[in-house]
Amino acid sequence: MKPGGFVRAMMLAGFLFLWLPILLLMGFAFSADRIPFQWGGFSLRWFGVLAANERLLEAAWLSLCIAAASATLAVLAGGGIAVALARFGPFRGRAIFGALAGAPLVLPEVVIGLSLLLLFVALEGLIGWPAGRGALTILLAHAGFGAAYVAVVVQARLAEAENSLEEAAMDLGATPLVAFRTITLPLIAPALVAGWLLAFTLSLDDVVIASFVSGPAGTTLPIALFSMLRLGLTPEVNALGALVVLVLGSMLALALWLLGRRQG
Amino acid sequence: MSRAILLAPFWVWLLTLVAAPVLILVLMAFATPAEGVPPFTLGLRFAAFAMLVEDFYYAEALLAALRLAATTAGLCLLIAYPMALGMAGLRPGWRLPLLALLMLPFWTGFLLRIGAWIGLLRDEGLVNHLLRGFGITDAPLALLYTEGAMLAGMVHAYLPFAVLPIFTALIRLDPALLEAAADLGARPARVFFSITLPLTLPAAAAGFLLVFIPAAGEFVIPELLGPPEAQVIGRVLWQEFFQNRDWPLAAALALVLLALLILPIRWFQRLGASA
Repeated sequence: MKPGGFVRAMMLAGFLFLWLPILLLMGFAFSADRIPFQWGGFSLRWFGVLAANERLLEAAWLSLCIAAASATLAVLAGGGIAVALARFGPFRGRAIFGALAGAPLVLPEVVIGLSLLLLFVALEGLIGWPAGRGALTILLAHAGFGAAYVAVVVQARLAEAENSLEEAAMDLGATPLVAFRTITLPLIAPALVAGWLLAFTLSLDDVVIASFVSGPAGTTLPIALFSMLRLGLTPEVNALGALVVLVLGSMLALALWLLGRRQG
Repeated sequence: MSRAILLAPFWVWLLTLVAAPVLILVLMAFATPAEGVPPFTLGLRFAAFAMLVEDFYYAEALLAALRLAATTAGLCLLIAYPMALGMAGLRPGWRLPLLALLMLPFWTGFLLRIGAWIGLLRDEGLVNHLLRGFGITDAPLALLYTEGAMLAGMVHAYLPFAVLPIFTALIRLDPALLEAAADLGARPARVFFSITLPLTLPAAAAGFLLVFIPAAGEFVIPELLGPPEAQVIGRVLWQEFFQNRDWPLAAALALVLLALLILPIRWFQRLGASA
């Protein structure tokens, strides 16, 4: 099927709509003007201003730490949940287990945020942990919904491959642990990496859930950005956007190049 | 036996981080707001739900949220279908780069993209600057904090989610069906309307729901781009919780939102199971 002219034009228009605001945000990061999106000649001054904004840098560092830790926890939990659902066969309460595993994917963010805050308040009242709200509660909340995404990615990978390899290994005398380590784990390794990256990004991008479960000590980058954007836009946001797109874009280009090389 | 031990930590995880929060949410909806930390006393009162029924403000917020979600999902579908059609029609070598181009905006940060729309649409923004520069307007048009700005931001944020399922369905379409129809004399438009479209309709429905479900609870985009009167449920819940510190009312709103989303969620899960 060859796409017609109309379809081609719509596709281009769609990509333009997606990319034009981002490209403009990046382009004007190099403008000297103090009004964002006004051209005042080429300048790197806003990157300097960004680098001197300690509050934002601290928030960015906190966000990166929370994202890395919660993604790791999410991979451990989500990977285990996926293996249980795809390889354990029927077990008691499997339907409930599966429904709970998938629920965070469809629950609205405001509902997840509010309900997790209520959980942390209740836990603090009952057992005294976690004491107060801040980085730890954000980390746990992000791990909770990140695990749901990891479980989906890993389950898809396990569904592609039949259980027969593990069964063959065990028929040949491998213990379940050996079969898991030598067959299942290498099989799902790419999905675990992809799931980690997804959970990392979701954590780094979340403002709603983090706002609910954070205390005064837990200002992540999205929370700081959100309060900046409420007051309007500053050229520092442009500079931040340019940095993020350049770093992510080059990482993605590298990944694509590696993938293409392996296929070719 | 050993299987039960292996499962135990994951049961604890899911029961603590998914089941318990929702149960506490239900308990909270029947509690009473009170002065103090935390600001409630448990009980079994229907005051919060009575308030939701009595004050039309809340029903209107629910309707506004559903309207915003449906409009966003509809617009996304209108743009996403031809986009997916165009992408699927290109040589397979193009698919991976185009998918990357589609998903990269998603990885660039949701708030930064909203920042871009603020920069484009505000009074001293680029669009108004250009309009004045070309002599089309004298005074800046109020573009930001309008329904239009909110919709632009919503569609921009959710469009990739609508494209993906349609694109996947299109590349899985059996080319033999299309060739057979063409061999039997069907024109391209006929082939599209009697084969391609009906076979990808479930994917289009999945794309619609994939946008509709999260959009119904959206808070950030109406707050940062929308007009003050766009009081959608996500925003109202946020205000009841953070400004009025009425936790029971916020919990009741969350439960009502969940109840409204159950049907779309079930429908989405059925589509996923059949695909």
